[in-house]
Amino acid sequence: MITAEKTVHMANQIARSIAAGSEDEAARATADHIAKFWDPRMRQIILDHVAEGGEDMLPAARRAVEILRDQGPPRPA
Amino acid sequence: MVYGPQHDLGTPPGAGPHIALTIDGATVRVPAGTSVMRAAALLGNDIPKLCATDNMKAFGSCRLCLVEIEGTRGTPAACTTPVREGMVVKTQSDRLARLRRGVMELYISDHPLDCLTCSANNDCELQDQAAAVGLRDVRFGYDGENHLAMPPDGSNPYFDFDPAKCIVCSRCVRACDEVQGTFALTIDGRGFASIVSAGTPVDDFLSSECVSCGACVQACPTATLTEKSVSEIGLPQRAVVTTCAYCGVGCTFRAEMRGEQLVRMVPWKEGKANHGHSCVKGRFAYGYAKHADRITTPMIRGSIDEPWRPVSWVEALSYAASEIRRVQATYGMRAVGGISSSRCTNEETYLVQKLVRAGMGNNNIDTCARVCHSPTGYGLKATFGTSAGTQDFDSVAAADIIMVIGANPTDGHPVFASRIKQRLRQGAKLIVVDPRRIDLVRTPHIEAAFHLPLQPGTNVALLSAMAHTIVTEGLVDEAFVRERCDWDEYREWAAFVARPEHSPEFLEAVTRVPAADVRGAARLYATGGNGAIYYGLGVTEHSQGSSTVMAIANLAMATGNLGRPGVGVNPLRGQNNVQGSCDMGSFPHELPGYRHISDPETRAAFAADWGVALDPEPGLRIPNMIDAAVDGAFKAIYIQGEDILQSDPNTRHVAEGLEAMECVIVHDLFLNETANFAHVFLPGSTFLEKNGTFTNAERRIQPVRKVMEPPAGLEDWEVTQKLAQTLGLDWNYTHPSEIMDEIARLTPTFRGVSFAKLDAAGSLQWPVNEAAPEGTPVMHVGAFTRGKGKFVVTDYVPTDEKTGPRYPLLLTTGRILSQYNVGAQTRRTANTIWHQGDVLEIHPSDADNRGVKSGDWVRLASRSGETTLRALVTDRVAPGIVYTTFHHPQTQANVVTTEFSDWATNCPEYKVTAVEVTASNGPTDWQSAYREFSDRARRVEDVEPAE
Repeated sequence: MITAEKTVHMANQIARSIAAGSEDEAARATADHIAKFWDPRMRQIILDHVAEGGEDMLPAARRAVEILRDQGPPRPA
Repeated sequence: MVYGPQHDLGTPPGAGPHIALTIDGATVRVPAGTSVMRAAALLGNDIPKLCATDNMKAFGSCRLCLVEIEGTRGTPAACTTPVREGMVVKTQSDRLARLRRGVMELYISDHPLDCLTCSANNDCELQDQAAAVGLRDVRFGYDGENHLAMPPDGSNPYFDFDPAKCIVCSRCVRACDEVQGTFALTIDGRGFASIVSAGTPVDDFLSSECVSCGACVQACPTATLTEKSVSEIGLPQRAVVTTCAYCGVGCTFRAEMRGEQLVRMVPWKEGKANHGHSCVKGRFAYGYAKHADRITTPMIRGSIDEPWRPVSWVEALSYAASEIRRVQATYGMRAVGGISSSRCTNEETYLVQKLVRAGMGNNNIDTCARVCHSPTGYGLKATFGTSAGTQDFDSVAAADIIMVIGANPTDGHPVFASRIKQRLRQGAKLIVVDPRRIDLVRTPHIEAAFHLPLQPGTNVALLSAMAHTIVTEGLVDEAFVRERCDWDEYREWAAFVARPEHSPEFLEAVTRVPAADVRGAARLYATGGNGAIYYGLGVTEHSQGSSTVMAIANLAMATGNLGRPGVGVNPLRGQNNVQGSCDMGSFPHELPGYRHISDPETRAAFAADWGVALDPEPGLRIPNMIDAAVDGAFKAIYIQGEDILQSDPNTRHVAEGLEAMECVIVHDLFLNETANFAHVFLPGSTFLEKNGTFTNAERRIQPVRKVMEPPAGLEDWEVTQKLAQTLGLDWNYTHPSEIMDEIARLTPTFRGVSFAKLDAAGSLQWPVNEAAPEGTPVMHVGAFTRGKGKFVVTDYVPTDEKTGPRYPLLLTTGRILSQYNVGAQTRRTANTIWHQGDVLEIHPSDADNRGVKSGDWVRLASRSGETTLRALVTDRVAPGIVYTTFHHPQTQANVVTTEFSDWATNCPEYKVTAVEVTASNGPTDWQSAYREFSDRARRVEDVEPAE
């Protein structure tokens, strides 16, 4: 699936670029960014990826997705 | 508006305190610095003139505007004589009449007497002035030495030059110098031998440096320089003021009409974006509206393997609506979406996003700004609080330092480039940050103080190095920062950029710009007076596009260069309505006015007005739509006025996505490349065929007025409305003004906008509301929209796109003066004479290494794909960098660009692609296969549409 391949790259890219502070700060900012700009299906794909181990994800990106997971699943259409 | 030339006051306005004088017995008060000619014209007493015109400095050569002034000897020229307090002027007397007739006799003695067959008959200042001075005879006769046998020059595709009719008033030469700033024309020779000359003696207009802006044609008082269209059609009968549909400058024009035939587009002097100037595209390249390729009948087909079948509007819209509903029933509500166009009006883009949100029940709406200025929206909202440039264009006249980053204004925004050049010739200093040596770096009478030719992809590093210099050398405007910005955030940012690893010396290895130049440019920007930044897609189309926009904002805040004329952060928008399409809620996460879809209060306001519940989740951006389509999760799309196959990156991936969809609805002027994958084609209307508004790069909302009927019978907003009605929505707009009323009702920054107010004011710059009823030329005066300005730490993160042994060069892309984006419009005009195909600029050393010469076919390959095009060997690009445009579908430069994109917005990284260039002798397999497919996909059944 094309989107699945790209969401990992995109999440890592956000985590690296969005904040230069601590990993925790980067994770919170990344989670907020993904919640604001990614459609529900993309969010579900990255949630599923982390649930399956989160291969190739930077720690801050993985933590961001865990924050999103804790906020609950995306709303259905 | 009945046809007539705009009133010419003769000389530019004065700017001093008002003073009073008497002209022909009447008292007039005008600003000091006004000429007697202009003061008289303001009274309604036009003084005869030939060499004077009000957008250029007085010249005083024709000697027709002589006046008598009490207490002054002789008869001074009114154009070069400034008013004085208490001055008493007489514009008409027997003596003046005699003198003027004598001057006019000399002109006419060397002028063809072919008025009845002349293209300018009844629209000729020479003819008018001969009448005005009462010329009845030419005592010198017509047999003396003259210029009547000089051959005409018809080389330019849009205008003719007939030197036999020239009176050597120099208006054309001065227009080229003062207004356009190209200096292509000159007066060659002396005395009687003086002639207007384009370029060198061996040049004609086409081969000269003339950029065909039309300023000389507009300035010419005779038929010496005349639009070919006037010669072919005749003089106009009426004029309608409207707004250009090319770049984001938003020039306003008088569309001069004869019946429903457009005779010419003449820049409108009252236009606040262009002040009566134009470029080759807006002035001349409108012929696409009548091109034989226009599709004027709706068409449908069940599969892209079938030929198109012309049908009625009802059948096409019913089929489109039923397919949208079928797809949603089969794959879910979010399996469909739409794309609005930055070429269409505000009202049209508003309706497309409303159609998606209210009719399709999701937020899968995006716009072509995704692939150009979406990082501007993100970056400026984060730092200043609103997604727009800070200044009006006039602000540049007060700039002392002009920094151009990743933009090529002389090609992309030529009319504003002329304003920049005017200011630079007055003494402002220029800094250019660009991998290429763009024309602005060194052009007649202008040379950049600094050109920083950075390595593509290192914008953030370069701006960090400039910030480091400003912070560590004590050049910060601390008073501004303390008053206007969040101090704690500033301190965090300042500490970050002050680190040694952000010094120009350390980062020189990354940017490849000498540290001394970076320091020099930073010092100049910080200390040189008013510093104004203008930037383009060389900033945004990167993996760190949004970071770069924020880094620019940081720099402006740190130096106090915000909140007054002459300064600011100014995105130069690529298309005519990029700003407007973004304002109108075309992004999948925002409702009109840049308010997030998750905000319950905003959503409730729209839901109440529209009578539907709105999905609170953000939708798909264009690249996400393509990915989802390849995944099989996104199945239908309505695309208004955008050719994503040619314009978006990684063409093969876009093609794969489009092919995977079950219903692609293309609403456009032509069967574009995207339409090869479409199932429904809805004929579009050009800007000449519709009413509405565009919003330019300075937030200026300007009217678009219909001058001819759309050939398919419907304006684009009407087509969208009919599609919405077919989907079951109760829309009943009867005019775009009603759509604007709804926008104003729901959007705080547009609250005071209406068509009536726009008609009265000519244009309005948003915000237009209770606090700023007449609009807002300069934003963030006194305070930022968000309150305190926000410094955002922007760490340089190298792009993942790397050169290596296989792809050792970096490709960057852009556009040129004569062509516009995917070329759908300009390729269907005579502009092709200047650009018949995309070429690859390559440095001589890289060309030598590959055995490539200018004109050779070369193969350009990346990990995404490959294409072939001709090479141009030039040191305009640095070693290791190649450059091309993306105007031609035969090239499809985006076959080569990749899926990498800005981290915040998914704006594609067009400006950095690792490539290799090799000699070639023919098209690539992709090009051959695509050409064959394209020919097949464009077949149309030869049947009459059913009613």
